[in-house]
Amino acid sequence: MCNVKSCQSGAGKSWLLGLDYSVVQQCMHCGLCLPTCPTYSVTRMERHSPRGRVALARAIADGRLELTRAFAEEMYYCLGCLACMSACPAGVNYAEIFEHARAAVETERVLQTPMRRFIRWITIHWLFMDLRRLLFLGALLRLYQRSGFQSLVRRSGLLRLLPARMRELESMTPDIPARFSAAMIPPVSPARGRKRYRVAFLTGCAQDLIFSEINRDTVEVLTRNGCEVICPPRQSCCGSLHAHNGEWTLAQGLARRQIDQFPPSEFDAIISNAGGCGSHMKHYAQLLSQDPQYAERARQWDAKVKDIHEWLMEIGLAAVPQHEAPAMKVTYHESCHLAHGQRVVRQPRQVLQAIPNLTLIELPESNWCCGSAGIYNITQPEMANQLLDRKMNHIRSTSATVVANGNSGCLLQLIHGARKHQMPVRVAHPVTLLAEAYRRGDRSRTHSSGEI
Amino acid sequence: MSLSSQTLSGLQAIVGAEQVLTSQEDLIAYSYDGTAAMQQMPEAVVFPRSTEQVAQVLQWAQKARLPVVTRGSGTGLSGGSLPTPGALVLCLVKMDRILELDTKNLTLRVEAGATTQAVADASGAAGLFYPPDPGSMKISTIGGNVAENSGGLRGLKYGVTRNYVMGLRVVLADGTVLWLGNKCVKDVAGFSLKDLFIGSEGTLGVITEVLLRLIPTPQAKKTMLATFPRMDQAAETVSAIIAAQIIPCTLEFLDRTTIRCVEDYTHIGLPLDCEALLLIETDGHPAVVADETTRMEKICRDHGCQEVRVARDDAEAAQLASARRTAFSALARVSPTTILEDATVPRSELAAMVRFIQATAQKYQLRVGVFGHMGDGNLHPTVLTNERNTEEMHRVEQAFQEIFQETIRLGGTVTGEHGVGLAKKAILPKALGDESIRWMRHLRQLFDPAGILNPGKMVE
Repeated sequence: MCNVKSCQSGAGKSWLLGLDYSVVQQCMHCGLCLPTCPTYSVTRMERHSPRGRVALARAIADGRLELTRAFAEEMYYCLGCLACMSACPAGVNYAEIFEHARAAVETERVLQTPMRRFIRWITIHWLFMDLRRLLFLGALLRLYQRSGFQSLVRRSGLLRLLPARMRELESMTPDIPARFSAAMIPPVSPARGRKRYRVAFLTGCAQDLIFSEINRDTVEVLTRNGCEVICPPRQSCCGSLHAHNGEWTLAQGLARRQIDQFPPSEFDAIISNAGGCGSHMKHYAQLLSQDPQYAERARQWDAKVKDIHEWLMEIGLAAVPQHEAPAMKVTYHESCHLAHGQRVVRQPRQVLQAIPNLTLIELPESNWCCGSAGIYNITQPEMANQLLDRKMNHIRSTSATVVANGNSGCLLQLIHGARKHQMPVRVAHPVTLLAEAYRRGDRSRTHSSGEI
Repeated sequence: MSLSSQTLSGLQAIVGAEQVLTSQEDLIAYSYDGTAAMQQMPEAVVFPRSTEQVAQVLQWAQKARLPVVTRGSGTGLSGGSLPTPGALVLCLVKMDRILELDTKNLTLRVEAGATTQAVADASGAAGLFYPPDPGSMKISTIGGNVAENSGGLRGLKYGVTRNYVMGLRVVLADGTVLWLGNKCVKDVAGFSLKDLFIGSEGTLGVITEVLLRLIPTPQAKKTMLATFPRMDQAAETVSAIIAAQIIPCTLEFLDRTTIRCVEDYTHIGLPLDCEALLLIETDGHPAVVADETTRMEKICRDHGCQEVRVARDDAEAAQLASARRTAFSALARVSPTTILEDATVPRSELAAMVRFIQATAQKYQLRVGVFGHMGDGNLHPTVLTNERNTEEMHRVEQAFQEIFQETIRLGGTVTGEHGVGLAKKAILPKALGDESIRWMRHLRQLFDPAGILNPGKMVE
């Protein structure tokens, strides 16, 4: 019974690649998303808010606006943090609008330049399509760092020859660890004690490259909680980078690869320790809804994907034995996709509170984006830096010595922030803190039982 | 019709080029407010940062014969800040400073673009209380609240925005700046011009600064939830509570349709066979709160409630309150278009009005949930529909004609807190009578002879 006169021109552009009109219509302009939106908070301009972006998408669907460069830039100015979805009373699926918009922008090549095309090809189309390439690059970077060459370059002043932007990117380069996940985690890790569950563990891409120790800690924590962990050495990227940057076909291919490598029916859970990846992977069914061969398995997959904290609390976290532990003041920064995308809010705090002698201090604006937002801190440095500074100031105000967080992008951003602001705060994943506590518990037991 | 380059450069000279928006993308973002199914593109949007700039913009607009629509966060529900054709949007969100907190006189002076939440937080930080709590308070601006005389859940006990405005800085259509009011508790010097501007919906002047009265923070609060098999019982309970000289700070109700939607959405275990749910909160001195809670619980039981639960701690209070606080959200998820309406009757007529709304909804085959502030008779009939269904939208219109006729007949008002704007403009003469409308027109002509301030809104 609808007779709105609209959507006549250019179906592809107007409809943002098949976005259902009801998704944009759901917004009732109440504005409750505005106070949660980082870009609105900074700019106070309606266009840089979820309500504004939905209105633009709707205008395109109605044929009142073309798929312009300004619209394209706006959709890349949006962090994709999804704080708006948590705030929205009407249940607007902003994530869907965001992904469709970016995909349409790429399909129509609105922002195409040779340089941008080249960078996207190297990263999205090449490096992250086969992680062996990424890890190889990582190994080279590790050599550069550990051979002393990097500190030589940094001290020499050669970097001053680079443009400021490149210098900043250089300073953000993470330290590559000595070993990647495959060298530390066997393909099958048996449960310690009684085996209660069989789970798959996904090592991720950035997580594997930079935070392989967090992966090792995750597997250890799982085995201590009655889980047999399957973790093959060669894994794929989950595809969130691709889906969030308009490359759906690639994202779909990666989703199929994941499902093939880890058939959901063979596991009690499929564990991710990165908020961003977990969030994307819980929506494979939507990504593969048009693929009859994978649709059903994708639905099963979605139900099995669990964030590590979510899983631990669901199965009942094995208590950390009481032991002498250094008093730790910890504050918790929430990964946007873990909090808003996955709605996993209480569990990481519960995990932290299970650690003896750890005082958890609530971080003001804990669920406010840190500016990492995937590759946003590389593509939108100004806004990313504003948000980072805001986050670091809040962390400083808690006087915490440790900031805990469950996502690789955020961890990198916080490490960069701590360096930039010269704050002596440790940045750690809650699962690492838990693993350390378990190990201390072991040692104190051995110690006390070894006493005569 | 678009702005001449001369007009545009004049504006840019006043506020700075970056504070003037003219691109298609920006204008689309300002073509709506919080009212359902209303849209109108402006010509440009300007962001002044001072009263002086506002005055200059208005003077320039007079010269250019440019209509001006003042806007805060654009969360109004009657089209008050919807652009009029060919209008300049004067957006005050960047004038958001907290200027002065006076703890001796219990006042707070802020720029009009400060959010209601910022006002509440600034008060709270000093141990003081700013009671008006409109549903949009996290983002609505105080200037917008004053222009609409916004209400909220605490209206019965604490009053509305008007009761807290001690002073205003207003810019008139010709650029004259007036300061009205002061920090005195009593003041009868001259006509109270400040009261004209409160609720004037941007038609008499532009409010740029507000001096607010704060009160001490209540020490304690208690929350309870009661369900009733029949709406009449809930209404009688409310009457009995007030007759017992208890004025709760919150007295909210949900009707059966709303309860069903809330339960579908939250699964918190609300009974589906009840016709009314009451959320009651009392605040004040702990001894008074304890006494009032006991007495209200008894009154609920004496009037046939199915169940009454008193929260034992803050966590439980939040849980009980969530039924009411998620009502709007639960309703909004049901269909693509949600029309939140506003009708107020004297408290004694509330049950009858709810029944009438439900019957009218049935007559026109519409899905309508009713919730609202039972203590002050302010109802929010909420229509769950689809604006693309023009046939149904026509029935919605007819239904509301009847609803507002009945509201007037029962001695009520067509808008308790959302304002007239565009939404109630047509029915206002019926509600107020032609003579009152004529005098309101005189007032507009007096303050704005050129007719540039929010033309076409409220009364013309």
